[in-house]
Amino acid sequence: MPCEQTENQLHGYLDGELDPVSAASFEKHLETCPDCKQTLAAEEALHQSIQKANLYERAPDSLRKSLLGNPQQLPAVRSFPAPRAFAWQWLAAAAVFLLATLVGWQLLQKPRGVSEAQLMAASLVDAHLRSLQPGHLTDVESTDQHTVKPWFDGRIDFAPPVHDFANDGFPLLGGRLDVAGGKTVAALVYARRKHIVNVFVEKSQSEDYLNGAGESQGYHWLAWQQNGFSFCAVSDVASPDLAQLQQLFLAQ
Amino acid sequence: MLEGEDRARFEAIVLPHLDAAFNLARWLLRNRTDAEDVTQDAVVRAFRAFGTYRSGNARAWLLQIVRNTCFTWLRQNRMAAEFMEFDETTMPQESENPETLALAGSDREQLTRALEELPESFREILVLRELEGCSYKEIAEITSRPIGTVMSGLARARDQLRNALLNPAPKEVRRAV
Repeated sequence: MPCEQTENQLHGYLDGELDPVSAASFEKHLETCPDCKQTLAAEEALHQSIQKANLYERAPDSLRKSLLGNPQQLPAVRSFPAPRAFAWQWLAAAAVFLLATLVGWQLLQKPRGVSEAQLMAASLVDAHLRSLQPGHLTDVESTDQHTVKPWFDGRIDFAPPVHDFANDGFPLLGGRLDVAGGKTVAALVYARRKHIVNVFVEKSQSEDYLNGAGESQGYHWLAWQQNGFSFCAVSDVASPDLAQLQQLFLAQ
Repeated sequence: MLEGEDRARFEAIVLPHLDAAFNLARWLLRNRTDAEDVTQDAVVRAFRAFGTYRSGNARAWLLQIVRNTCFTWLRQNRMAAEFMEFDETTMPQESENPETLALAGSDREQLTRALEELPESFREILVLRELEGCSYKEIAEITSRPIGTVMSGLARARDQLRNALLNPAPKEVRRAV
């Protein structure tokens, strides 16, 4: 059994929900409490098996397609039986649907009210998610920056800065090419404890570049500009961890 | 009525969370077909209520609607009998160390069954935390529970899941003589 008073703390610690002071005091407690240490190991094992089992189920394409055109065209409440439809009603419905799909498509191409930067952030989070699929994480797997950096030569039209921050708790795992927002970007892959951090790098171009931090689908991102490159770190680790990684880059 | 611009905003802000919506519905309803129907309902509801959405966490906002739609659906289909609030008496015993090793080999099928056997309130927070990666604050928002309840619920949910994995047939526990 874990100690009563630390049980909630233990889960908070496991989930990265403790503030730095509480986390530090819990880590101190761990050193002297074999029970909590054992419980933490058991919780981590459970977490790992859940992650490995890949239980997430994505929305089927049929659902996505039916919603993307025009949600208003959908039947209001499914439990009501659909009224009997005559042929001309179907034709009218089909015409409206076609029109709505066309309009929806147009709108999708250039959604108003959402900036390029927001779309880019969403695209990078998607790329991060893709990279977590089995076999997608790295194209070149190496902890050596002198192996990863040359790998990008000839594959992309710029030389992304590659550093290994193993001594600072962010070991380099490798690199990969990825596509985000319709552009090819370099992705540097780092580990942070048991989490993966993708750092996407591209040449800074337009004035509407990505800056600042945000959250999407439960993943944090942190973007900055440095030496003519746009950087964006994406991960499920807590934002302070990303800020620490950013500082490491900025110090180079 | 929502104008074209609102519709575009809805598609850009809310629909990216369609996977999250479907995944939550699938685990709450334990069925992909029902989950597809209910997610569709929930998105239509969200679209109608979009006028009230200003800014903030779109995922949490949508998931709250999905969750409520799921529970309404379950009630209507009389499948909510198993629903119970966090209950001290359902707390299993702590697992011992060697058993944690066995857990590492748990495969997808076993985990799916174990997760589906959990009471809905536990299943819900586990799915939101472990599969969806929601923060405690988001889970509290989605499930309309205080953060403290989310924390203690998560601890118990994990205990129950581990217990279900270690004892796949809960009614028949064999012991070494």
